[in-house]
Amino acid sequence: MDATQDIKKEINGYMKVFGALAVLTIVTVAVGSLKFGIGLAVVIAMVIATVKGSLVASFFMHLAHEKKLIYLFLFITLVFLMSLFFITFGTIGDQVGVKIVPESISSGVH
Amino acid sequence: MQVPYTVKARPDTGLYNAKIGIWLFLASEVMLFGALFSSYILLRAGSTTWFVGSEELSVPIGTFNTMVLIVSSVTVVMAWASLRMDNFKKYRLYMGLTILLGLTFLVVKIMFEYLPKIEHHHIPSTHNFYAIYFVLTGLHALHVVGGLIVNAYFWGPGAKMWETNPEQFTNRIEIAGLYWHFVDIVWIFLFPTIYLL
Repeated sequence: MDATQDIKKEINGYMKVFGALAVLTIVTVAVGSLKFGIGLAVVIAMVIATVKGSLVASFFMHLAHEKKLIYLFLFITLVFLMSLFFITFGTIGDQVGVKIVPESISSGVH
Repeated sequence: MQVPYTVKARPDTGLYNAKIGIWLFLASEVMLFGALFSSYILLRAGSTTWFVGSEELSVPIGTFNTMVLIVSSVTVVMAWASLRMDNFKKYRLYMGLTILLGLTFLVVKIMFEYLPKIEHHHIPSTHNFYAIYFVLTGLHALHVVGGLIVNAYFWGPGAKMWETNPEQFTNRIEIAGLYWHFVDIVWIFLFPTIYLL
């Protein structure tokens, strides 16, 4: 198979990824309109966003076929990012379960 | 002085230098936006009252802009694929579409979101919700502007390199595309966080 054929195959893949991203965007909005509790809503929204982000990174940014050095960079970045979120969640850990009143309810204004 | 390894891969890394450079830059960008997302979590968790994004912001406009950025990710990767297939005309078409889509995103954001919010005095000092909304989406919009400037340069005057060094030009478009995709990924996380939750 020559290079042009390979690229055409890649383009086919891009179109499939585009379709998946479009569907997942609609799913995100549809799920967002269902009134889940904030905890479940955050988990669902972040899972869908992570799947979408992974599709973009893996195919459009061709991370699925990248060199080891790039993976090393991203692994180190992920460690620092997770550390940052770990510190953040550690800071707010004592507030878990404290009910947050939506502004529109507390002020009586919509 | 000739910059080394702009086309051929360095033997030790297996990558041309610009690719290492852009990934290191994107790693720093992950930390920048990560810090702001952390701030959002802290502000929201520390607040006794919070606006519901879907009640305060326009979900249809946010959804429209999400689709605009996703389509622009497809067009920019198609611009790169066109160059790899030696088709400069198609490259120009796809890169032009990417620029138009980026401009559409910004116009929608400013005309249908920022200006009406400011008119209604929904500004950063109104509430922490609007403070983090304007900071996060504003910083993201600045990244779109930066990407548009780079893409416009490669669509216009920078495209001359295609005649003298097509391989290096193709690599440059790959690098510009990687940045553009990153901007798309940031929005993919921003949209549900700010607009839906």
